[in-house]
Amino acid sequence: MGMTMSEKILARHAGVPAVSAGDILTCRVDVAVCHDMFFTVAGQIDFERINRIADPDRCVVLLDHAVPAPTAKDALGAVKARAFVKKHGIKNFYDVGEHAVIHQLLVEEGFAAPGRLIAAGDSHTCAAGAMNAAARGFGPAEMVYIWCKGETWYQVSPTILYNLHGSFPSRAVTGKDLFLYIAGVYGDATNMNVEFGGEGVGNMTIPQRQSVATMCAEINAEFAIFPCDSVLREFLEERGDQEVDAVDPDPDAVYYAIRDIDLSSLTPYVALPHYIPNNCCPVADVAGTEVHQVLVGSCSNGRLEDIALVASIVKGKRVARGVRFIVTPASQKIYLEALKAGYLETLVEAGAVVTNATCGACYGGHMGLLGPGERCLSTTTRNFKARMGDAESEVMLCSPATAAASALTGRITDPREFLEG
Amino acid sequence: MKLKGRVWVFGDEINTDLIFPHSAFRVSPEEQVKLVFSDNRPGWSSLVKPGDILIAGKNFGTGSSRPGAVLLRRLGLACMVADSINGLFYRNAISYGFPALQCPGVSKMFEEGDIAEINMLEGTVTNLRTGETRTGNKLSKLMVDILLAGGIEELLIQEGYMD
Ligand code: SF4
Repeated sequence: MGMTMSEKILARHAGVPAVSAGDILTCRVDVAVCHDMFFTVAGQIDFERINRIADPDRCVVLLDHAVPAPTAKDALGAVKARAFVKKHGIKNFYDVGEHAVIHQLLVEEGFAAPGRLIAAGDSHTCAAGAMNAAARGFGPAEMVYIWCKGETWYQVSPTILYNLHGSFPSRAVTGKDLFLYIAGVYGDATNMNVEFGGEGVGNMTIPQRQSVATMCAEINAEFAIFPCDSVLREFLEERGDQEVDAVDPDPDAVYYAIRDIDLSSLTPYVALPHYIPNNCCPVADVAGTEVHQVLVGSCSNGRLEDIALVASIVKGKRVARGVRFIVTPASQKIYLEALKAGYLETLVEAGAVVTNATCGACYGGHMGLLGPGERCLSTTTRNFKARMGDAESEVMLCSPATAAASALTGRITDPREFLEG
Repeated sequence: MKLKGRVWVFGDEINTDLIFPHSAFRVSPEEQVKLVFSDNRPGWSSLVKPGDILIAGKNFGTGSSRPGAVLLRRLGLACMVADSINGLFYRNAISYGFPALQCPGVSKMFEEGDIAEINMLEGTVTNLRTGETRTGNKLSKLMVDILLAGGIEELLIQEGYMD
């Protein structure tokens, strides 16, 4: 019986020839990653009592959620993180100044790579699936388990395959719209893997795939994996990867469902407040809805091509009065590239606030929280009640193009009005 | 592992940010438990008595990796049962020694204040008021072992990885 990409990676890491849905396995984990919230939030696990870890070189620690520290509690978390990496000899440590949002960092620094099994203390870890890796989030206790033992258990889940065809109809429709369409039409994928295939994948950029893979956390996918095609191979070559240990699905792999999507038929999409599965609609359906803040950033959409697209839309124009327009690059590297390319200048001239690269407002940590009665249109990942501030605020999610167009008008706006062709 | 207790009923899509809100990130463990469900059901945490049971609808615990289960356990809840439970929350629950059971249809079985009897090993849930019983997913042996040890931290202490 053939295997899916998820099954192949799990089988490889369990040291068995084949697995199928339902099996419970113990797998060696290639990379285990924790960010500052592991160290900052009290009462999760007593990590100071760990006396040995399996392999420091397979551990990564980074500061991204609250950098530079907005409160003394966050500063204390960072102090503990620095002491921890010193005590255990963890060399892969990324402090303020070399920081990036976790899922971007794993790609930039080469930890997320084809065929790998990746564990991180963050729910959007499936993001690394854009690199043809099997990656998922764990809570703090299990991260400690993996650090101590170098392995953990996995249950093999059934897999949904999305076969993508054609290409996006214009620059106004991107990976985020594809994801919101999938989530809106097909709902959640709880306890399932999601994989992508079809010739349409080749028409998606790597950042678009990262955006989709990240967002699959919102439909509760276990893994979200893209194939290793020529676009990814080129990216890996540029990154300097020496070896590529990719997995392909077998032609006779067994899927829970196979769904076909024609990329050229997609339109700009948004997620309505409070949850995503079966709660999304075309931008046109809610066009005109007033927004008080527009946010571009996060591991979903804080990349250079996102910022470039936003800059091209707002260039020479002004953000609407009464709208706070915040742009948060996903990494120091992206920040620098956007600076050199002049995008940040364009954004500030248009009235945007460009922030330091951090998770920041995405999880309600700092910079750009909402008061009661306020609505934020955001390219971030999550729209839960009170996610970005007051319990009486609302977050709606969209693509960078929709965000930029809406920042200019102060109302939810179809970006196709600003981007012909 | 048989548990009996008074029931609290919650709906579908109860997410981690409601269970473990961001406002609980920078406070002590004692303060954290008071903030559970403070955005969707203010005041609830002070009504919970040790041994109470939480019943919910589908996709309980969707969202982040923050361990909401540890707060529910510290609040004194004996266990939880939902129509379906998010995979990451489920792992967190077991890891923190908080018994969690998936049992499709359970949310329709109870009114708040009913008494539930739950056998975690058999996967059965009974409403003692109506007499209705349903069977959900059984826990695997691995998960039972982690639960019986009291969670992963206890397991790692026993095995010498933590002091
Ligand atoms: S940017 Fe948002 S979703 Fe991504 S890791 Fe940070 S808080 Fe999580």
